[in-house]
Amino acid sequence: MIDREILLEKLKISPYKPIKAKIIQAYMLTDKEKFLRIELERKINLGHEPGQFVMVSIFGFTEAPISICSSPTDKGFFDLTVRNAGVLTNKLHQMEKGDTLGIRGPFGKGFPVDNMFGYDLLIVAGGLGIVPLRSLIRYIIHNRNDFGNVQLLLGCKTPQELLFKKEIKEWLKRAEVNVNCTVDKADSEWQGNVGLITTLIPGVDINPARTYAVVVGPPIMYKFVIVKLLEKKIPDYQIIVSLERRMRCGLGKCGHCQIEGVYVCQSGPVFTYADLKNFKGECHEKTA
Amino acid sequence: MKYAVIKKEDLNLWVKHLMKKAKLYAPKRKENLFVFRQVKDASEICLSYIPTILPPKKYYFPQKEKLLKFNINPFLTSKAIEGFEDFILFAVHTCDIAGIQCMDVVFRDGPEDPNYLNRKDKMTIIGIECLQYCDEHANCVSMGNHVPRGGYDLMMIELSEKFILHINSEKGEKLVSSLDYIKEADEKDMISLERLREAKKKMFKEEFSGSLPEIYEVFDKRFNSSVWKDIAKQCVACGNCTAVCPTCYCFDVIDEVELSLNKGTRYRMWNSCLMDDFAKVAGGEDFRKGRDARQRHRYYRKFKYPVDKFNRYFCTGCGRCTRSCMAGIKLVETVNSLLKEP
Repeated sequence: MIDREILLEKLKISPYKPIKAKIIQAYMLTDKEKFLRIELERKINLGHEPGQFVMVSIFGFTEAPISICSSPTDKGFFDLTVRNAGVLTNKLHQMEKGDTLGIRGPFGKGFPVDNMFGYDLLIVAGGLGIVPLRSLIRYIIHNRNDFGNVQLLLGCKTPQELLFKKEIKEWLKRAEVNVNCTVDKADSEWQGNVGLITTLIPGVDINPARTYAVVVGPPIMYKFVIVKLLEKKIPDYQIIVSLERRMRCGLGKCGHCQIEGVYVCQSGPVFTYADLKNFKGECHEKTA
Repeated sequence: MKYAVIKKEDLNLWVKHLMKKAKLYAPKRKENLFVFRQVKDASEICLSYIPTILPPKKYYFPQKEKLLKFNINPFLTSKAIEGFEDFILFAVHTCDIAGIQCMDVVFRDGPEDPNYLNRKDKMTIIGIECLQYCDEHANCVSMGNHVPRGGYDLMMIELSEKFILHINSEKGEKLVSSLDYIKEADEKDMISLERLREAKKKMFKEEFSGSLPEIYEVFDKRFNSSVWKDIAKQCVACGNCTAVCPTCYCFDVIDEVELSLNKGTRYRMWNSCLMDDFAKVAGGEDFRKGRDARQRHRYYRKFKYPVDKFNRYFCTGCGRCTRSCMAGIKLVETVNSLLKEP
């Protein structure tokens, strides 16, 4: 039986109404990126999947879609890492511990962690791509025995731009995740690789049929990385990407995030390469 | 009662009766064009009109719709719209009714949109069947929208000295029952209606050179057609075509803060996929950079994507995009040149 009351209630509460939230930690990770730890009112758990996003709402500055960079296994709070790039993120950079903001979501489809159980993982992060991937990596660390061998390939422009330095060292130390870093331009202290992230892929040792590759980075990176992963014989439905698009509603209505017929806010931001192959040309990430 | 009749001389009486029930929006003349406006007197209504500048969309999906009221410090939100008012859309063309049906599909699809659904709940639609072409820009026959196909409460069909009213819903029936000047249609009226539809068949011809399934197939194949480059050369990216389209619903979200700098309102405002920053992200990447890509997107959102998603074409055939285009881009021509491409 349809519960009339529930239906009416649903219509009364707008999906545009953000939940009140408080910043409980805020500091700069690099010159450009700020880390924010956020607590929802009444300490409600966000209950997201790794890879999902929220609409961050600051009254007077509207809203912007931001990737969640903590795991759902981190209870009582969630983390965001934002670059000062637009109107809302500029305001976010001025905010401090104790400040209030609004949250809608979580939205979208996250990384298919349930399908990844028992598989080896090759995680490829370019630049800010490590931000949404941190939600997955933390989830893996908190459920380490559910996954096989985990390798992380990390690339950014300069050593100064590397995000989560301390945390990455910890991942390395605990030897639960193999990390391999590369920068486009090194400085005198840099001891890792120099060059594009694609140069790291041929050298990785994987069993392609038992491996999920998860790739997140700037749009330009995808097609080059995906080609290398295909050369490694990873099946296209085991190559996972997360795509950035402009979004205004998160509800599959406003139209900004559309790639051809697909609303990224509802069907994405996580897609498999098998999904991307069906696009006719509006998706930069398509190879060849 | 399925079909009723009202004498033309009694129409004013009925309109007065309707105005007592709810706000009545009807087509009115505006200079050499037409608009939907609230009417207070039946004499203001113009029943013979070419599609209005804006479709009645402005009443169920307003240009600027309040989403919520907010208070910055302390953080508070409240409902922006307390109550939705009953309203009647009067003398709506069948193409615009098709537009409303498209919007229903979009906003009912989860997550549902309460603003739209609340307004739709309060809406009564009284249509009017076109007995002749509005102008050369319409493509309603190809879209199958030149004859009533449901989605309304009442449909008016003009005969020489009276209107036949097709009663399509309970809501509609209530607006005609127990009025002594509206009677059930008799056999003669039904014969007249049949004759009228036969006459229409001779006058109205498909505007596209292919059928809808053929058009769908062509859109599937012609993503990289030179047609998109050709119309991009003309397009000035003004967004007129999307503003006047009965099935365009893209929007932006904006905040307006009061002078107190503490209280404000969040709105959604019509936006257009033809605008150059529509698909641009903060990092600077623009995912539909050229006007060719943006125009193509607009067309695909009428003839391909909604067919895949909702099994429904989102072009109603009203012809507004062509009529309002400052650069003279013609929808029928675009589709026909796609069909013609080898």
